[in-house]
Amino acid sequence: MRRDRETDPMRSAAPILLRGGRVIDPANGRDDVCDVLIRDGRVEGVGQNLGTPDGATVRDVAGLIVSPGLIDVHVHLREPGGEHKETIATGARAAASGGYTAVCAMPNTDPPIDDPASVGYVLAEGQRARAARVYPVGCISVGMQGERLTEIGEMVDAGAVAITDDGRPVPTAALMRLALEYSRTFDIPVADHCEDKTLSRGGSMNEGLVSTRLGLIGIPNASEDVMISRDLLLAELTGGRLHIQHVSTRRGVTMIREAKERGIRVTAEASPHHLTLTDAACDPYRTEAKVNPPLRAEEDRIAVIEGLRDGTLDIIATDHAPHHYDEKEQAFEDAPFGLVGLETAVGLMLTHVVDKGVLTLPQLIERMSVQPARAFNLLGGTIAIGSVADVTVIDPAYEWTVDPTRFLSKSRNTPFTGWPLRGRAALTIVGGEVVWDADGHKVKS
Amino acid sequence: MTRSASLLGKDLIGLEDLSAEAITSILDTAEPFKEISERAIKKVPVLRGKTIVNLFFEASTRTRISFEFAEKRLSADTVNIASTGSSVAKGETLVDTARNLEAMRIDMVVIRHGSSGAARFLGERIPSNVINAGDGRHEHPTQGLLDMLTIRAHRGPLDKLRVCIVGDVLHSRVARSNIWGLTKLGAQVAVCAPRTLLPHGIEDLGVTVFSRIEEAIEWADVLNVLRLQLERMQGGFIPSLREYNRVFGVTSERVDACPRDLLILHPGPMNRGVEIDSDVADGPHSVILDQVTNGVAIRMAVLYLLAGGAPDSAEVAKRET
Repeated sequence: MRRDRETDPMRSAAPILLRGGRVIDPANGRDDVCDVLIRDGRVEGVGQNLGTPDGATVRDVAGLIVSPGLIDVHVHLREPGGEHKETIATGARAAASGGYTAVCAMPNTDPPIDDPASVGYVLAEGQRARAARVYPVGCISVGMQGERLTEIGEMVDAGAVAITDDGRPVPTAALMRLALEYSRTFDIPVADHCEDKTLSRGGSMNEGLVSTRLGLIGIPNASEDVMISRDLLLAELTGGRLHIQHVSTRRGVTMIREAKERGIRVTAEASPHHLTLTDAACDPYRTEAKVNPPLRAEEDRIAVIEGLRDGTLDIIATDHAPHHYDEKEQAFEDAPFGLVGLETAVGLMLTHVVDKGVLTLPQLIERMSVQPARAFNLLGGTIAIGSVADVTVIDPAYEWTVDPTRFLSKSRNTPFTGWPLRGRAALTIVGGEVVWDADGHKVKS
Repeated sequence: MTRSASLLGKDLIGLEDLSAEAITSILDTAEPFKEISERAIKKVPVLRGKTIVNLFFEASTRTRISFEFAEKRLSADTVNIASTGSSVAKGETLVDTARNLEAMRIDMVVIRHGSSGAARFLGERIPSNVINAGDGRHEHPTQGLLDMLTIRAHRGPLDKLRVCIVGDVLHSRVARSNIWGLTKLGAQVAVCAPRTLLPHGIEDLGVTVFSRIEEAIEWADVLNVLRLQLERMQGGFIPSLREYNRVFGVTSERVDACPRDLLILHPGPMNRGVEIDSDVADGPHSVILDQVTNGVAIRMAVLYLLAGGAPDSAEVAKRET
């Protein structure tokens, strides 16, 4: 079953003509310099020397990349319950400024998003923000208690695009099996945060020499690997759509690769921080690098890069996890897990993935737009004529330095402060409406 | 004495951060301070007018009292804060506690905290000198130093000496400080414990691992026996205290079988009959009470040096009256 998402709540403004950009549309095999005309919220034309309709805004985007809108399938917007860290509105604006036209909001809020009414709330607040689209994700289990399934069908009807208990793993194999089987009716992905809590208990960083030196309890790779292994077996058993979040281990990548070769329905994420950092970033006690799953060893980082390169990891997702500065301003063990990622992902991926030759630009756009849309059945991921006008214009040459005080997110918890990066979103267009214009240095409010 | 003149930098967080020269210098400075505690009037004016806060977020008897004696014998004004009954118990954050103390214009903070990294955290946020009196499972540098001072007093230079740390290395800040300090001064260091109580990658710190206590004793010149926290059994790290004593206990039979005159240390408090038998703890190889005596001297030396005192003036400083 696929719900009709053709009714677009975003309202388009005047027609926009993007003139002379490098249009990269991997879903349609296009990569050439041409114009894109957007009208009434849709892509009306793609081609050379398009005429300018009356009243159209013409944007000269020569030298820039015109991409289908970027989609982040893994963000924490903290509303309801954690509004001091982020709200749906501030998160949607941070997303837009980072080049994202859509995000999937994780349900581990307070209270959790585990019924149709709360799904409706997230959807409505997202629409009010008029920035990036906000797709609600519902819980797998009632109250994220890991005991019984939520009303998945009703949540899907209310607008949920996937289910997960993210932040917590699904604790028992039996419940995970039920979730994968039951969700087949609605053809939605079941996303799991793979962690065996009995192996990671008390841990605050990767288990290795750094944790030994710092006297911090380590989280072994095996705590992630045993759950990935379990979930892959259950996906094979049930035929459900498994989505593995934020893969951080070499063994995890290998197992997913083998599962895909065997034809198991599984998609998986790589996070920008696992692609660029190791557990050395935690030393000495840098709470901004405290994240779960933890930053791992260099061999793991290389394996995650290799998984991204060969497509084992289909999707780049940030796991944007805002925390108030007071919460990170504590001893390492006492600080919460998580880092913000929406506003650094494009620069990090262009600088550390494309420039280093891991992926080509069209491949990067596949991992950040095409595959996320496909895996989660979302609008976008294409600039085909007639498709919804969710478009990101990227300036690949723009040089900047990460300065968290300039984030639109409410939170500043990034380990990338001071990193020199190349590339940023110049223009973010959602449903034909400009929601971020870097030259204007503001988001449309 | 000025702060900038300190050989150690602003804070003493761990022995990992110190050079061999700095460690030797602390040990050498402690020697003349030992004598002060033997006097009838145990006081010198080295830290007169300095204010020191002993900030203990975890229960401690030996370390807290040892620091307090060291401070008082150097004529500092001291305040003790325990977590229970203070603003900490009311939910105040570590950084707010520190800022409030700082606002009262203090000179030094001695901190004991249950979280690894807490001492460094504090040191990075306040201008006062910070001395780590034990942070989580990270380091307990003055304990490491007093262990080294004790070993040196009984066995001479630490270079080439074989020291085996026995017991719960995984959760032990004492073990880490010993490993850093001893290896920096050229000692050979080993650990011996059930594998469940050894941290991942401990070999990478340059230590040998013994799985059997008999082999460790046969190898070692010095045993530093760690306290086995009783909650480790509840945590499932070992099946029972009885089995621990059976397999890893430092018993008189095992010590007597040693071909060398073994030196035995224990940072305390001891679980007699668990990690160490009473006849070993009270026997001729044991220097456990010397450690306690040396602890005061080491802490006097650290306070003196952090306050900007010169190592070679310690002899003179203690005579100023």
